[in-house]
Amino acid sequence: MEILSPSRFTAVLVKEFIQMRRDRMTFAMMIAIPIVQLMLFGFAINSDPKHLPTLVEMNDTGPVTRAVVAAMKNSTYFHFAGISSGPKASEEALKTGKATFVVVVPSGFERDIMRGSHPTILLAADASDPAATGGAAAALPGIVAAALRTVATGPLSMLKGGEDAFSVTVHRHYNPAGVTSFNIVPGLLAVILSMTMVMITAIAIVRESERGTMESLIATPVRPAEVMIGKILPYVGIGYVQTVVFLILAEIVFGVPFDGSSIAFLLGLNVFIVVNLALGFLFSTVARSQMQAMQMSFFYMLPSILLSGFMFPFAGMPGWAQTLGTAIPSTHFIRIVRKVMLKGAGVSEIMPDMAALGIIMAVIVTIALLRYRQTLD
Amino acid sequence: MTMPPDVQSSGEPVIAVEGLTKRFGEKTVVDGFDMTVPKGAIYGFLGPNGSGKTTTIRMMCGLLTPDGGTGTCLGYDILTESEQIKERVGYMTQRFSLYEDLTIRENLDFIARMFRVDNRKQRVDAALDDLGLSDRSHQLAGHLSGGWKQRLALAACLIHDPDLLLLDEPTAGVDPKARREFWDEIRRLSDAGVTVLVSTHYMDEAIQCDFITYIAYGKKLIEGPSNEIAERSGLVTWRVEGRGLAKLEAELSGEPGVEQIARFGTALHISGTDAKALNKAVQTHKRSGLTWSQQPAGLEEVFIHLMSSSRDNFASGA
Ligand SMILES: Nc1ncnc2c1ncn2[C@@H]1O[C@H](COP(=O)(O)OP(=O)(O)OP(=O)(O)O)[C@@H](O)[C@H]1O
Ligand SMILES: [Mg+2]
Repeated sequence: MEILSPSRFTAVLVKEFIQMRRDRMTFAMMIAIPIVQLMLFGFAINSDPKHLPTLVEMNDTGPVTRAVVAAMKNSTYFHFAGISSGPKASEEALKTGKATFVVVVPSGFERDIMRGSHPTILLAADASDPAATGGAAAALPGIVAAALRTVATGPLSMLKGGEDAFSVTVHRHYNPAGVTSFNIVPGLLAVILSMTMVMITAIAIVRESERGTMESLIATPVRPAEVMIGKILPYVGIGYVQTVVFLILAEIVFGVPFDGSSIAFLLGLNVFIVVNLALGFLFSTVARSQMQAMQMSFFYMLPSILLSGFMFPFAGMPGWAQTLGTAIPSTHFIRIVRKVMLKGAGVSEIMPDMAALGIIMAVIVTIALLRYRQTLD
Repeated sequence: MTMPPDVQSSGEPVIAVEGLTKRFGEKTVVDGFDMTVPKGAIYGFLGPNGSGKTTTIRMMCGLLTPDGGTGTCLGYDILTESEQIKERVGYMTQRFSLYEDLTIRENLDFIARMFRVDNRKQRVDAALDDLGLSDRSHQLAGHLSGGWKQRLALAACLIHDPDLLLLDEPTAGVDPKARREFWDEIRRLSDAGVTVLVSTHYMDEAIQCDFITYIAYGKKLIEGPSNEIAERSGLVTWRVEGRGLAKLEAELSGEPGVEQIARFGTALHISGTDAKALNKAVQTHKRSGLTWSQQPAGLEEVFIHLMSSSRDNFASGA
């Protein structure tokens, strides 16, 4: 038995295109949504996240270093995830998102303090998400000062005087100016796409049942895959249009850079669009009316805005929320977009996220096809 | 069962189902339904609203999964081979179910593609010509009047030359002239060897069928060649015309032997299965101003009778 007949597949595809073209209102909405959302969300969303993954590059140890690290730990802003072996590893950790901060203690640090030559501790921050790093970086001088007071006894009593024994420099990577919209805007692409893609497909299929045309459709020998692919494909085009509108606005209005590989971007984009369309298809097998389909899509938007790392830094979320967030396609796409647009990542750097998206896609498509009924009951 | 000779000879039935059952929640909508439709026959499917006609038809072409029963349609198993069945069946839904936001031509084109019709363009053009819609082919289907929608739907379900037509109230809302043309077409198809299962509420259509099945509350009440149904029911009917029929109706109702009184235009039809008792009741009401005549029971009386005497298991069960 054949899975896909070119003739029937074309029939569904052509029909879908014609219907899409005739439905002016929906068509206009699909273009208007990215513009409006971009403008609304483009403003800074502030938060003060804690427990951000931090690596330490220890080039020296001693009482002062230990005190500073302990104080940073106690402040709850930083979560020490381990030791970094050197600048290369630190750079890598920041790029892949394993660490939000790297604390670099220069060699001869303790000695230089004793000599009074004012060494510097470097805090390298992944500032592509300034909402995440801003609070912690700002609190650091205070934390350090407090730490020094506790160790200023015996031979170190000359540290009592204050911070001028050494200094802390915050080095913002990827988004040196700490512009919040740089972070919000790329994430917004995920929100816009998942909102419209999921909703449009869910509605397009439920509409068939609601209007009764499903009966004619499945009275023909059409196969599930023909319906699914034929219905999904036209909306991939819509996804592209939205992305182009988005990229143009992001560049013109917010001046967000696009530093990375466009191939990596396209790869992520395509998989993400298909995942969302498949999810819409899955919703349509549950919803009984267009209204329900719409409500389900909106309900899905909540976690994909709140738990995906779009609004709140992923690393700052409690464990259960991170687990939930990992199952949401937007989480991975947001990482891809941020990596590519802000960190200049290429295909190899986004592979882990692509793998996650791939798994999610396989699961959703399987469930959707299993649930899809070629009958009216 | 005696069959018309042209039907009798043709071996394998096109539809043969047994014990077909469908439940929606608690409600058994089709209950142990059997049906055999010979090749080339026009088979009338009658029954009151909500009796399960549409549900039965949907089960036959694989649009609903039966909860019980077995059967074949065009030689294919209705439970496992619905894809093959759909290839060879033209199903016209009760409610217009083509795309209202597609034009007439686009709809026909869509269906033709779905059935992988050869020479698609010519077939669609021919169908538009037959319909007399060639010059309006770019009009949206949603803008057609109800009757024209029905005609379009029939054209759509014929486009792949099906062997079996399942027509669910195809002439509802169609004007008398178009209704005649509809039936001329159905008979022409039947002569060409296409089997037709058609549900209807019109008696003048029922009488044109080779066979009739009457279903109520999901159960088959009677089945047979259309010209034998009345005879089989054993129903005797008196027709009375004249003045004061309303008064007469009140007097007659409840009398022994009078099982049913129904108004037909300007006349009353009084029916019962016990001819003797009915005659007695009628004799006592013969008076001037009324013309009485005995006549064979018509399909309509038979069906009204069947319906009222069948247990109303929905009303009592609900
Ligand atoms: N999808 C469904 N869910 C629940 N109940 C249903 C469904 N479809 C039909 N029914 C019920 O099944 C019964 C039979 O319906 P069906 O449409 O088969 O009747 P019908 O004989 O075609 O009636 P009509 O002459 O009015 O078209 C009705 O009581 C109806 O309410
Ligand atoms: Mg019906």
